[in-house]
Amino acid sequence: MSTRDPADDGFPTLRLVAPDGAPVGDTEVGLSTEELRSLLRLMILSRRLDRECMALQRQGELTVYPPFEGQEAAQVGSAFALGPGDMAFPSFRELAAAVVRGVDVVEYLQYHRGTWHGGPYDPIASGFAPICVPVATQIVHAVGWALGAKLDGKAACSLAYFGDGSASEGDFHEGANLAAVLGAPAVLFCQNNGWAISVPPQEQYVAPIAARAAGYGFPGLRVDGNDVLAVYRATKDAAERARAGHGPTLIEAMTYRIGPHSTADDATRYRTDDEVERWRAFDPIERFRRYLADAGIADDAFVEACWAEAETWVGGIRAELVALGPPPAAEVFDHVFTDPPATLTRQRQEALGDA
Amino acid sequence: MPEVTMVAALNTALRDALAEDDRVLVFGEDVGELGGVFRVTEGLQSEFGRERVFNTPIAEAGIAGMCVGLAMAGWRPVAEMQFDGFSYPALDQIVSHVAKYRERTRGRVPMPVTIRIPSFGGIKGKEHHGESPETYYVHTAGLKVVVPSTSLDAYRLLRLAIADPDPVIVLEPKSRYWSKEDGDLTREGPGIGAARVLREGSACAIVTYGAMVAPCLEAAAALSAEGVECSVLDLRSLSPLDVETLAAVVRSTGRAVVVHEAPLTLGMGAEVVARIVQEAFDHLEAPVRRVTGWDVPYPPASLERTYLPSLERITAAVREVVAY
Repeated sequence: MSTRDPADDGFPTLRLVAPDGAPVGDTEVGLSTEELRSLLRLMILSRRLDRECMALQRQGELTVYPPFEGQEAAQVGSAFALGPGDMAFPSFRELAAAVVRGVDVVEYLQYHRGTWHGGPYDPIASGFAPICVPVATQIVHAVGWALGAKLDGKAACSLAYFGDGSASEGDFHEGANLAAVLGAPAVLFCQNNGWAISVPPQEQYVAPIAARAAGYGFPGLRVDGNDVLAVYRATKDAAERARAGHGPTLIEAMTYRIGPHSTADDATRYRTDDEVERWRAFDPIERFRRYLADAGIADDAFVEACWAEAETWVGGIRAELVALGPPPAAEVFDHVFTDPPATLTRQRQEALGDA
Repeated sequence: MPEVTMVAALNTALRDALAEDDRVLVFGEDVGELGGVFRVTEGLQSEFGRERVFNTPIAEAGIAGMCVGLAMAGWRPVAEMQFDGFSYPALDQIVSHVAKYRERTRGRVPMPVTIRIPSFGGIKGKEHHGESPETYYVHTAGLKVVVPSTSLDAYRLLRLAIADPDPVIVLEPKSRYWSKEDGDLTREGPGIGAARVLREGSACAIVTYGAMVAPCLEAAAALSAEGVECSVLDLRSLSPLDVETLAAVVRSTGRAVVVHEAPLTLGMGAEVVARIVQEAFDHLEAPVRRVTGWDVPYPPASLERTYLPSLERITAAVREVVAY
């Protein structure tokens, strides 16, 4: 059972806003009221989009979809801390982070529609690397990119998203150690969402993931992943540290995957409804809504306007998406090499005729 | 004409690439002050600095994975895997990302990555130091795979690999590292994707690559003394494969023997024979023979000769094919 409240965990956890919306730490994180409202708006847009994607999958408009409901604060708070010159390296559940980075959502969803692999959007222009499914391999890519930025003398950092499951992969270790040794400006951002498909934390690791950073020789901290302000604060500090040339940071954001691993998963086989309900009490959106309401920053009208905007927005996305057919068959061949060799050109002709 | 070893030729190729293009980076295990365990990177760190030529921890997956991020950031990484048998941890990164990145980003993020792997046997090495990993890479769409057989071609192929906009795996035949060749180092000549006819003869074509080129040339010379004139084709580029030249040579001889030190089953020879059958079937006068390593793990030093294709096995196969 994965039923912990992150604040009850023995490892120190940064929390600025309690689940009931009450400030419990230094909530002055350097954001304007407009930016604070943006955080709430982006979380609402993301949740509405996630639910629309679940519906689109059930209606046959998307293939398998991995929902992120419950993880909005972890993704929005972290992505919000990145600048335009930084580069995020997602795994496959980071659609909310993609929204914050300004990735074209319809292009992104081509991945889940089964019309293109990896990076149907422009990864360079959006500062958001291609979707990366093997889990943990993107951590090393992020370290390589960060080293490249450092060699160029740029004040930029990369941020690698990965999960508690990925942290068991060898690439996590190699990436973390390389980042430390090479002084790469990389933020290693773990969304510990309580489950690696069906495997709970106690069957994955013994010591806290954040504690591993000490072994690599850089800071590691745990943050309440459903507290968007705490996530933003931790990521902002880590990113500034990286950009200033002080190397990597590991952040473990304690959150929870409310939905199944993917639409192909049946989560009732390995966890109880009680557990899910318990975590709904830590809902990141409701928590931040209450906080902003109490602080007089966002009223009910603002929240309603956000949901209304989300409705219109996802309607447009849906309309564009369902109109999308498969790409031309020639694309199967055309992007493999810069200059396709004769052997491949022959296969292309065999498959397509003279197309 | 200067005489140059393959190690010196590769070293010069890296030096020239680093000097010509300031986006080129050279890294891997022990490539810094030591100059690599085979000294291919000797002197490069002192000449180009610790930012452009640097050691990494022992982390092959990390080395290959960093190539992806560095290429995304606009660099041109040239990574060294210390030995063939130690390159397997990098396979996931190479197969899942290095090879596919260009395709999965619709050409927006190319991977001008070069991965050098000292490969093959023949040096009386310990286990995991004599592997023939070529088919793993050749079978992976999106990669180019080259294997030089001589010093001058090693220079050329490595320069072309580094300049290539797509990922190239360079399998360097360790047993030829100290072989010498006369001539000037130049990029001019056959490119990636082109095979080389090293000897012409009408009786039989010997198709090979890498360290096996030398014994095949020896075999051709020995057979010539018996009046059997062979063509010797050095494939050089295993992917893309120069099917046109391969077919032309076999059409002219009607007989062929394929030689490599990788195990027989699903080795490069299987692909070569399939192409020959498809492209030159009407010209064949005998079944194509393969002379290869056996389907066994690479043996210890004292048994290496039992495993590697020998002059005797090559000449016997040619005689058999010619007498068919």
